[in-house]
Amino acid sequence: MSNFIELVKRDLALAFRQGMDSLMVVAFFVIAVVLFPFGVGPEVNTLAKIAAGTIWVAALLSSMLSLERLFQTDYDDGSLELLALAPVPMEVTVLAKVVAHWLTTGLPLIVTAPVLAVLMQLPEEGFGTLMVALLLGTPTLSLIGAVGAALVLGSRRGGVLLSLLILPLYIPILIFGVSAVDAAIFDQAVRPHLLILGALLVGSLAMTPWAAAAGLRQALE
Amino acid sequence: MTSLDKTQFQGENLMCVRGERTVFHALDFSLNAGGALVLIGPNGAGKSSLLRMMASLLRPAEGRMMWRANGGEDDVWDDVDLHGGRLHYVGHHDAVKPVLTAAENIGFWARLRGGGEDTIQDALGVFDINHLYDVPGRFLSAGQKRRVNLARIIAAPAPLWLLDEPTTALDKATIKRLEDAIQRHRDAGGMVVLSTHADVNTPGAEILDLADFASKALLDEHVMV
Repeated sequence: MSNFIELVKRDLALAFRQGMDSLMVVAFFVIAVVLFPFGVGPEVNTLAKIAAGTIWVAALLSSMLSLERLFQTDYDDGSLELLALAPVPMEVTVLAKVVAHWLTTGLPLIVTAPVLAVLMQLPEEGFGTLMVALLLGTPTLSLIGAVGAALVLGSRRGGVLLSLLILPLYIPILIFGVSAVDAAIFDQAVRPHLLILGALLVGSLAMTPWAAAAGLRQALE
Repeated sequence: MTSLDKTQFQGENLMCVRGERTVFHALDFSLNAGGALVLIGPNGAGKSSLLRMMASLLRPAEGRMMWRANGGEDDVWDDVDLHGGRLHYVGHHDAVKPVLTAAENIGFWARLRGGGEDTIQDALGVFDINHLYDVPGRFLSAGQKRRVNLARIIAAPAPLWLLDEPTTALDKATIKRLEDAIQRHRDAGGMVVLSTHADVNTPGAEILDLADFASKALLDEHVMV
């Protein structure tokens, strides 16, 4: 456990000192959402209708942005080999890196989302649900993304390949994330949607660290 | 370190295949506590591959590696995490993070292996880089980075050192310091495997020439083509 915290602390320190990653993710998120009112026009009803979907799609894309670097820098400078040899199971290392990744990219997205929801005229009934849905959904994005990031290690143009691998797997999160917010707006039961998001999170928590660790071992051979 | 006295690290009938090419085959090695093994051979003979195999980073196509200690024996591949814990590997890259200071870089790896803050200063002292304690990695020269990487293996003890061309970018004085560190490690019952092109003075070390294990059949094949 102390090793787990040690690993998370290291990744957080690296992220804060390199600085740009979190900021870029949030900036991309904001810009991507802001583009929509320009594209579809400032009509309130239209915006309100697409608000939840827009915010979710932008969140998916911006969390993609930083995934490529999840293992890449450690792979390039030899740290990944040493992490593999450290007396810490690779699965724990993966989980620690995912936690740090979520804290530096997922959490800022959640904090920014309400501001963008105002901009997109999201009805006020949807705000709370949007936050909870993002809170359940974004860690799953980081977890699934870690598998992709491990698989594309060492390949050229890994970023594009990563998007092709990972974005289709994000679809269930997108569907239930948006439908949860819609349910809240139209005064229907929100719980089932959130429960499915929770199930996706628990399921990927149980499976993806093993898959990603296997991918990393493969990359190191 | 009496517990290390009977420690033995052994490989039997190892074969390495990279891509379609057999790099070496039928390779045996045996290393006792306090022993050293120097890998020599031309480029591409498989020195790095053998070291990565010993580090359990690369699975041999054939053969097995055993670790014997305290009367017990285990296959390296049965528990990779256990094996990783008893070795230090220095590869081609120095794994020094540009935004972390030398002490933070070493401290992180040491803490993962249960080392403390006090060992960092000692480790830096071994390679005469105490003055780099709070210098970020991005300001270090190639040789200084290599010294930081070598100080890392001093900071948390492990019985087996696997050093892949450890003298790269080092000056003569530091190579001497490395030789001394290796000698102290062996005197304490540790084992060292290193590959080198330059001369590293390791008295009583066994020499393993990887050219002896190059796949003969395959070489003939290439000649025919």
